[in-house]
Amino acid sequence: MTKEEIIRPENLVYRKPELLNDVPMHYCPGCSHGVVHKLVSEVIAEMGMADKTIAISPVGCAVFAYKYIDVDWQEAAHGRAPALASAVKRLWPDRLVFTYQGDGDLACIGTAETIHALNRGENITIIFINNAIYGMTGGQMAPTTLIGMKTVTCPYGRDPKLHGYPLKMADIAAQLEGTCYVTRQSVQNVASILKAKKAIRKAFEYSMKGLGSNLVEIVSTCNTNWRMSPEKANKWMEENMVPFYPLGDIKDKGKEL
Amino acid sequence: MAEKEVTLMKGNEAIAHAAIRCGCDGYFGYPITPQSEVLETLAAEKPWETTGMVVLQAESEVASINMVYGGAASGKKVMTSSSSPGISLMQEGISYMAGAELPALIVNVSRGGPGLGTIQPSQADYFQTVKGGGHGDYRLITLAPASVQEMADFVDLAFELAFKYRNPAMILSDGAIGQMMEKVVLPPFKPRRTEEEIAKQCPWATTGRIGMRKPNIITSLELRSEEMEQNNLRIQAKYRECEKNEVRYEEYKCEDAEYLIVAFGSAARIAKKVIAIAREEGLKVGLLRPITLWPFPTKKIGELGRKMKGILSLEINAGQMVEDVRAAVEYSVPVRWYGRLGGIIPEPEEVVNELKKMTL
Repeated sequence: MTKEEIIRPENLVYRKPELLNDVPMHYCPGCSHGVVHKLVSEVIAEMGMADKTIAISPVGCAVFAYKYIDVDWQEAAHGRAPALASAVKRLWPDRLVFTYQGDGDLACIGTAETIHALNRGENITIIFINNAIYGMTGGQMAPTTLIGMKTVTCPYGRDPKLHGYPLKMADIAAQLEGTCYVTRQSVQNVASILKAKKAIRKAFEYSMKGLGSNLVEIVSTCNTNWRMSPEKANKWMEENMVPFYPLGDIKDKGKEL
Repeated sequence: MAEKEVTLMKGNEAIAHAAIRCGCDGYFGYPITPQSEVLETLAAEKPWETTGMVVLQAESEVASINMVYGGAASGKKVMTSSSSPGISLMQEGISYMAGAELPALIVNVSRGGPGLGTIQPSQADYFQTVKGGGHGDYRLITLAPASVQEMADFVDLAFELAFKYRNPAMILSDGAIGQMMEKVVLPPFKPRRTEEEIAKQCPWATTGRIGMRKPNIITSLELRSEEMEQNNLRIQAKYRECEKNEVRYEEYKCEDAEYLIVAFGSAARIAKKVIAIAREEGLKVGLLRPITLWPFPTKKIGELGRKMKGILSLEINAGQMVEDVRAAVEYSVPVRWYGRLGGIIPEPEEVVNELKKMTL
């Protein structure tokens, strides 16, 4: 088989999404961000919203999300993405508006903005990458760090007496009247990736229908700062993260409507 | 309300009415005395039903300014208002907007500090406004109204300058101007811009990739030092242009003056009364009122000030603008400061006494 025969369209089984830019990513090999970026890119294209999307990137590992997904982006101050998104969606009601945030950005410094944007029922989606650690700054304790988990700022393990408890943001979000859809997903294998993609699509569609705010938490890995191989990180996530942050839909008001 | 109709209202109310009339797309704010009437007036006027203007009470000043960031980044004409402690909370967002070169209006109806301070008027936010406030090398275009009429007029002017230079602009008022009622002629109605007009005026804005143009990205981040230096140099060049073109001031009874008062906002109103009393007593005093605090009328004060026997910087703070006045005359003329603190407004008589000290 020649190269030309191999690359014929009918032989295509997998491709980089159109909206994912062909540039080297700064993410570490094995990181969940790459997979979630791919899913977001696919969903935007499949919904035909590439020319109507305004995305908001956070401060943290995903700060450069705007280099990878080929739509209009605003880069927010640390934790403030939901405030930006609230204004943008109200000013441009027919646009697809979403934020993409990590646990430090969303569940720590931006807790107020997150809860109030969700509770106002802003017609936006928040994609929440929860890997239980600060990645960009070098592996410090996050609001979602598990009890006993070691980070560079809790090197002997998170101790509730010293550091308090991990925060379950999705469960809090589900209690808020303004949220329409709150779900917790993961992307460590093919089955979970497909489910996560469906969840992102559902959230985006609900936001466009004006049903309220949507939170898609992705329980993720940070193999670099967890000091593990990507494979071991996925296993550790399943064994340790998932029991505390159980996967699945927590709230789906859109289904009832 | 018919156009050109003279009405009586508070400075804060004038801000709100002017915003609706000048085609503002969105207001995002949080209650704080003495400026809450801005949000209250907008809520009562319901402009979302008439012009389509968005009005949102945010969860904090931090959220307000970041909502303004988001709206401005999408090319919309957006604003917030607050008072001193709230403006302090907004400094991070203002720095980000200056860094990302976003046009927006911030109104500060300032009060006495530091800290929670007082709800009474003060001009103690001069340094914060014109010397930075937030982090990094940036400037805030600053207009200082001295009447309710100017509160109304400066809303559209501030937006115009903000969009012209792609930089946030501030109206630096105080509790006296915000709360007092005066006659005002509101500006005529101007429609909000259409989507096409926004795309034309702001080709950089994140509106969604209309016609699948290249994506627009709004950020202040640049990790490569060489690029970041270039970004800074470009912004600085813009500031030099603004300094060249946008200085605004009022000269009052300066022709024969031997002494000059430099004062802005509320203090300039007091200065006019001071001048009336002083002139009756034979003291030839004039007023130079900076309308733009940045860009500051350095050149004008330098030229005018050098002809004077003495200059008094009258401020409702502990002496902030006085540093810029001294620099403007390059210390060639005696420059004194007089002011009151903690929310107290100086009486004209005490200022006249201060002027007399200069003649000794």
